[in-house]
Amino acid sequence: MSYLLNTDEILQTIRMIDQQHLDVRTITMGLSLLDCAGEDLDQVVVKIYDKICRRASDLVAVGEAIERELGIPIVNKRLSVTPIAMVAGGCRGESLVKAARAMDAAASEVGVNFIGGFTALVHKDYTDGDRKLIASIPEALAVTERVCASVNVGSTRSGINMDAVAQMGRVIRETAALTADRDGLGCSKLVVFCNAVEDNPFMAGAFHGVGEGESAINVGVSGPGVVFEALRECAGAPFDVVAETVKRTAFKVTRVGQLVAQEASRRLGVPFGIVDLSLAPTPAVGDSVARILEAMGLEVCGTHGTTAALALLNDAVKKGGVMASSHVGGLSGAFIPVSEDEGMIAAAREGTLNLDKLEAMTCVCSVGLDMIAVPGDTPAETLAAILADEAAIGMINNKTTAVRLIPAPGKGVGDTVEIGGLFGTAPVMSVHAASSADFIARGGRIPAPLHSLRN
Amino acid sequence: MKAIVSVFAKDAKGITAYITGILAAQEINILDISQTLMQGYFTMIMLVDLTDCPLPFDALARLLQERGEERGLAVHIQRQDIFDAMHRI
Repeated sequence: MSYLLNTDEILQTIRMIDQQHLDVRTITMGLSLLDCAGEDLDQVVVKIYDKICRRASDLVAVGEAIERELGIPIVNKRLSVTPIAMVAGGCRGESLVKAARAMDAAASEVGVNFIGGFTALVHKDYTDGDRKLIASIPEALAVTERVCASVNVGSTRSGINMDAVAQMGRVIRETAALTADRDGLGCSKLVVFCNAVEDNPFMAGAFHGVGEGESAINVGVSGPGVVFEALRECAGAPFDVVAETVKRTAFKVTRVGQLVAQEASRRLGVPFGIVDLSLAPTPAVGDSVARILEAMGLEVCGTHGTTAALALLNDAVKKGGVMASSHVGGLSGAFIPVSEDEGMIAAAREGTLNLDKLEAMTCVCSVGLDMIAVPGDTPAETLAAILADEAAIGMINNKTTAVRLIPAPGKGVGDTVEIGGLFGTAPVMSVHAASSADFIARGGRIPAPLHSLRN
Repeated sequence: MKAIVSVFAKDAKGITAYITGILAAQEINILDISQTLMQGYFTMIMLVDLTDCPLPFDALARLLQERGEERGLAVHIQRQDIFDAMHRI
């Protein structure tokens, strides 16, 4: 610890927080619910509620104390739990909505804004419990406020479960219909994954994997505004300079995340899991990933060159961040959620950014087609085909892809969906009119790719 | 515990005396101090030692903020750890 004041560094940190939206996006406590399993759903939900309330009671207070002492906003305190299909799937009865209600009540009791883990992992095939859980998703998301659901439909090692893909197209439609009075809000809490990770702190796709321990503290950092400001200072410089600038900035941002994770872990007596090296935008002006890409010299995000710019950004964020944290995990990379990014919203409205370009961008960044509103009358088969394309990108490229689509009831291209809060505003984007129905109707499984055979 | 106190305000007489007086009353030792004018704006950064301060961190932060606001000063206190984490390997 130095006694010498370096005022430039101190002022830089203060500016990052005050003016450039630097924050820790989330402290997410992962919690195993495997010991809550049973055959009687009424008993299981009591165990789920009690365990969450008992183990997570201090999470919000500790998060707020760290926030005040370090002077850095910690925007969200959240929970992720064991995939509920594994916990309650063996219960008698067909619906698991009661489990979602118990999660919601517990989340409300401990004061977290979201709880993830209403989840099924069906990348190869379904168990009976998985079927019950997936069938319960639309109602569960309609009747709860804080519960997030996710379904893993594919992986590099197992291929893509096309029956699940087809079903998720219908589940998304149904979820939108049941929350039609709120522009299909339920769909913003539903993620369809390929290669889902077990320690992701970010919603809506967080769950506490079965390879995890009893509990863990996972932290997601952010900081698009900080990267944007740093890049503004190297206007016209070659890409080598751009990459170095992003790396240096990502290092600093991640060190804050590591510090917060260690503090939270120590105070809660919960093991430190991972820091997720992510650039996660918010709808606030100056906190946009799209504007970073534009700062590299693109007139509007989505024009030619965008994929290359994003590839550089994503890679440099990881290279800078990886040395700043003892354990890196989660999704780690730049996120490109349309409704949650002021620059993406503008680019989509302007027409330069479309679904096809976004799909290309997801080949080189974290996650996938995220928070995208599509016309409310988009057929379930078309939604499923979009899921299949994205899962294929994940499967072939050994990466996580996730899709959050909102087929906004009663809305068409040119309309806007107001989701509110951190979810932001989504301009409805067009999808191709040509049918994919016969493709989706085939069902079965797309085999795992050749490079899954690595042993 | 060591912390960084930062003070931003339109320049005026007596700001340093005012803030250091509050710190002294709370048994806070100033280890290092730097102040400058940036475009007519007063900026002061202090490294302080809170070992003998009787107030919990939260209460101290609130006190500094409230007493600062009485004179139109933005006063913040943050643990030194965040600056070390960000700028030291």
